[in-house]
Amino acid sequence: MMQTALRTLQRPSTPVYGSSACKPYRCRVTRRVQENDDTFTVELTPVSARQHGAFTPGQFNMLYIFGLGEIPISISGDPADPDRLVHTTRAVGAVTRRMATLHEGDVIGVRGPFGTHWPLEDLKGKDIVIVAGGIGLAPLRPALYQLVANRGDYERVVLLYGARTPEDMLYRAELERWRARFDLEVYVTVDRATGDWHGNVGLVTALIPRAPFEPRNAAALLCGPEVMMRYAVQALQKRGVGAAQTWLSLERNMKCGMAMCGHCQFGPHIVCRDGPVFRMDRIQRFFGRWEV
Amino acid sequence: MTEHEPHDRLYVLDRTDLQQLFDALRTRGYTVIAPQIENNVIIYGAVDRVEELPIGWTDVQAGGSYRLARRGDDALFGYTVGPHSWKRFLSPPLRMLWRARKTADGFEFIDDGSPPPRYALVGVRACELAAIQRLDDIYTRGAVIDDDYQARRGAAFIVAVNCGQAGATCFCASLGTGPSVGPGYDLALTELMEGEHRFVVAVGSERGAEVLAELPHRAASEGEIELAEAIVAQAASQMGRTLETAGLQELLYRNVEHPYWDAVAERCLTCGNCTLVCPTCFCFTIEDTTDLTGQIAERWRRTDSCFSTAFSFISSGSIRTSAKARYRQWLTHKLAGWQDQFGNIGCVGCGRCITWCPVGIDLTAEVAALRAEDVGQPPAEPILEMA
Repeated sequence: MMQTALRTLQRPSTPVYGSSACKPYRCRVTRRVQENDDTFTVELTPVSARQHGAFTPGQFNMLYIFGLGEIPISISGDPADPDRLVHTTRAVGAVTRRMATLHEGDVIGVRGPFGTHWPLEDLKGKDIVIVAGGIGLAPLRPALYQLVANRGDYERVVLLYGARTPEDMLYRAELERWRARFDLEVYVTVDRATGDWHGNVGLVTALIPRAPFEPRNAAALLCGPEVMMRYAVQALQKRGVGAAQTWLSLERNMKCGMAMCGHCQFGPHIVCRDGPVFRMDRIQRFFGRWEV
Repeated sequence: MTEHEPHDRLYVLDRTDLQQLFDALRTRGYTVIAPQIENNVIIYGAVDRVEELPIGWTDVQAGGSYRLARRGDDALFGYTVGPHSWKRFLSPPLRMLWRARKTADGFEFIDDGSPPPRYALVGVRACELAAIQRLDDIYTRGAVIDDDYQARRGAAFIVAVNCGQAGATCFCASLGTGPSVGPGYDLALTELMEGEHRFVVAVGSERGAEVLAELPHRAASEGEIELAEAIVAQAASQMGRTLETAGLQELLYRNVEHPYWDAVAERCLTCGNCTLVCPTCFCFTIEDTTDLTGQIAERWRRTDSCFSTAFSFISSGSIRTSAKARYRQWLTHKLAGWQDQFGNIGCVGCGRCITWCPVGIDLTAEVAALRAEDVGQPPAEPILEMA
């Protein structure tokens, strides 16, 4: 526990100042895709060539709509293509509803990237099990891009994805392409079958017991509703994937991204700095506790 | 603030010469901020003259109660702390971060807010100096430095005051933050009322020494030094509250699911007063606005409180909807999480949260009650519930 404090007290070699860190840089919308009823993807390119969107999978940006507000959204694009910043989000609040109406050529503000990442570099030689629920696939897609680009470095790569209905699935075409690859195992399930769905029906956690991976050599990456992640952790533990082999991404209210505003406090952690990606054993004490 | 080893010599400044300290600070370009009475409470605000201080007044505090009373003498600092703390000058409750104009290719920044002022803070108590140092950890020791805070803090000239009495809600002695002021001041005063009305002065920095050199002063006698020490010792013996800090962090963590939080929640109004008066509560929110034309946008930083449901709002709703979760968050962060994050306890024992709680919820009593009912072991695994 003290290590957190020591890290906090270390002075950075090059100071970053709040007065500039609170100013978004401009990005132009280059593409907009409607993923389903309320979820859409925007692709952004920095207006100034001096800016770039380099990030590591799992990190997030603060997206700013002029005068309206700013919200944290995970980055869902390819880390190898940092000039194309991709964000997938649902239109649920004032800012995201306005973002849903953006057109190509519109300019919005971006701050970031912030937070920790999926530790893919440290997981070479492992079976990678990705468990995603709903829009939780968005912050995991950069990890999938990186895994596919460096496929030889990993053993089995398994994606377990659950959505409410077939229509709610994100990145449908990409899921089909990944499923067609011989070196990826993609299993998809829906809560409720609609239309001509002939696939799995049920919770994504039900896929864990029979997914093809070697538990002792596995690393699990989780993102989805907190209750889904709680059950996924339990199902993984039943198969022998321990908390020290499990990473998950948490959602908390965020205003500054500088570990100052206090909104993303989670037990002893400051999620914008210590997360959003946590190793399960480091948050086990508080994860799943009521209203922490 | 450049810290220096305190000079071991102590000096004496006569009460009649204190105005010259204010004048010397003003001549150096400082706005002098000091205690004064407003609406029947002692607050902090700009002053020019020593006579504007709460001369001859003291405060009588209790859980949920604050009253002024006459002391029967002409003491200038004969009270403890009121609802204000110095954070309002170092990290203002409302501050514009920038202003931007809409342009053909997005927006451009046109204003970075006003330059930070130079304050001389007069009457900073030991617990308050410790609180300022807690804010330093948050705003200047992380990966991002709040340069506005850093500039205000670096410029601030601190005239600390040793407490000669403790209030009924004081417990700085439990936390080791007072009543004797620690390092970090420029000048520190101890007010002597016996005999000639005068101040024993300690020098804590070069600029403190420079200012004192401009004032009429003399070396303190052995008797005056002993008197000053006795006065502070008296305050230490008067602490109205205590907080047992041994094992505090683990106590709170392992009692995260304790039914005692329900008992607190029955009284807590979630008004957030405790967070407003707390000298270390640092949380803020960001507000983005436009003018009526929609052409000019501004970003403001505003004090926020973990007692609001909006504070923890995410796409699925608020994380902490219940009062008990919000009180638990505040207390656990202050006393436990803070230790993980910054290496010390986030409470300095000033007692403001006790005095200014409209229903008199007492942090020291809540911790003692939790300790008495300590479950003594980590809670069971969280119960899995489907949303």
